[in-house]
Amino acid sequence: MPDTPPFDPQALIDAMAPLVGIPVDPAFRPGVAANLALIATMANLVDGAPLDEREEPAAVYRP
Amino acid sequence: MSIDPIRAGASAIAAAVRSRSMTARAVADAHLARIAALDGALGAYTSVTRERALTEADAVDAAVAAGRYPGPLAGVPYGVKNLFDIEGVVTLAGSKINRTNPPAAADATLVTRMKASGAVLLGALNMGEYAYDFTGENAHDGRSANPHDPTRMSGGSSGGSGTAAAAGMATITLGSDTNGSIRVPSSLCGLFGLKPTFGRLSRAGTFPFVTSLDHLGPLARSTLDLALSYDAMQGPDAADPCCTAQGLDPTTPALSRGIAGLRVATLGGYFRERATPEALAAVDTVAATLGATQTVEWPEVARARAAAFLITATEAASFHLPRLRDRPGDFDPDVRDRLIAGAMAPASLVGKAHKLRRWFRDEVMRVFEHVDILLAPATPCRAPLGGQKTMVLGGVEMPVRANLGLFTQPVSFVGLPVVAVPVWTAGERLPIGVQVIAPPWREDLALRAAFTLERGGACASKVA
Repeated sequence: MPDTPPFDPQALIDAMAPLVGIPVDPAFRPGVAANLALIATMANLVDGAPLDEREEPAAVYRP
Repeated sequence: MSIDPIRAGASAIAAAVRSRSMTARAVADAHLARIAALDGALGAYTSVTRERALTEADAVDAAVAAGRYPGPLAGVPYGVKNLFDIEGVVTLAGSKINRTNPPAAADATLVTRMKASGAVLLGALNMGEYAYDFTGENAHDGRSANPHDPTRMSGGSSGGSGTAAAAGMATITLGSDTNGSIRVPSSLCGLFGLKPTFGRLSRAGTFPFVTSLDHLGPLARSTLDLALSYDAMQGPDAADPCCTAQGLDPTTPALSRGIAGLRVATLGGYFRERATPEALAAVDTVAATLGATQTVEWPEVARARAAAFLITATEAASFHLPRLRDRPGDFDPDVRDRLIAGAMAPASLVGKAHKLRRWFRDEVMRVFEHVDILLAPATPCRAPLGGQKTMVLGGVEMPVRANLGLFTQPVSFVGLPVVAVPVWTAGERLPIGVQVIAPPWREDLALRAAFTLERGGACASKVA
């Protein structure tokens, strides 16, 4: 995987807030940033899952 | 036969009502009086439907008097998490924002089915805001206290459902479970809780959290009460696109069949590495009673849990987007910040999370080729203190709110049926739960194992 800059939750908030149309009050930022850091940890775990590229999701999931 | 209506199980109440040794009205009155006496301190109910309860009880008594069959749950008092629609009541889903919504025009499907079975609705129960919670603490309505030690958490998000059933303020309660919200309060409050197979019980008429993962089910003080209410609520429902169209699979008739011939194993790896010694001891007690000597592992459990986490964060954020835009200040701040973060998560990896779900399901089914029942802790520890923000697991300090469901989340990700069973250790005031996990659509096996544990004395519940 190519080198990428370290994940910066504050930069993501600044970039995404206008796109998703959510006004992020300065008082919300520490909590949102902490949760984004947790999401990044979870996303990295999912990213590393050993799936074949032809795996497909269930259209309607049935256990 | 004389019964104590507060401590009696559903079948004893229904039998007493049918035989006219006690009226449904008297059972309802006893519960309404207990709620009035205790709930100010415990915080289980957000709305007590007193008039409705008395009307429903009187209708049951009238049916009995007229010689009609009043249903398998005749006169059994129950409460529902306040995300279930109750006709004439605003469906709060634990929020302040929903308070300005109009009252529900009709009952949720499961409430309709409970009523048709003769059960009597006592009211709506407190919950973590929008079900995004494992603590049972609500920023607007206060906390649902643990009846066995009110300084402790009930667990959530079906916190009021745990508190009410454990305090004898309802015989049965209904909750929802997206990542563990029935099993966590069952564990902390010492109850039996059933999270059925994903798609088994209709969610129509309930306020959603995560469509891909939401389940509904009962909490009670016995396996028999779980089975009776679960059987009463089964059935297809076109109003829920995930609800199965397959036929009914009644569980009550075979409950006492035992577990002879069933292969029981303990889940190792992930499910043992992060648990406290008391959680492992509870699993080992249950394993010994069920004769489980084998330990098996599922692959990539931490990644599966992460996938459930991502799907939850993003789907919930998508659902709440209009509220996050218009009324961000009216959320519980903890829930709001989680949801805003979910709205900004990478969609490319959410797509992979759904692929991982199907892959993980296939891997889990391979394990079920060799076993019939799997055991795992329900929560990593006993009930934390009310307001407690962090806990130490495996030497690592972790947030309580996100991690009480560490062991439930990977199991509901697959959609497997689970009965949470309560274990009490001598000298300890608080219980802890174990997950009894069965293959998809085999709630009957999990319930039979739970009934065996109850009959053998390894698991029990009680009114605090």
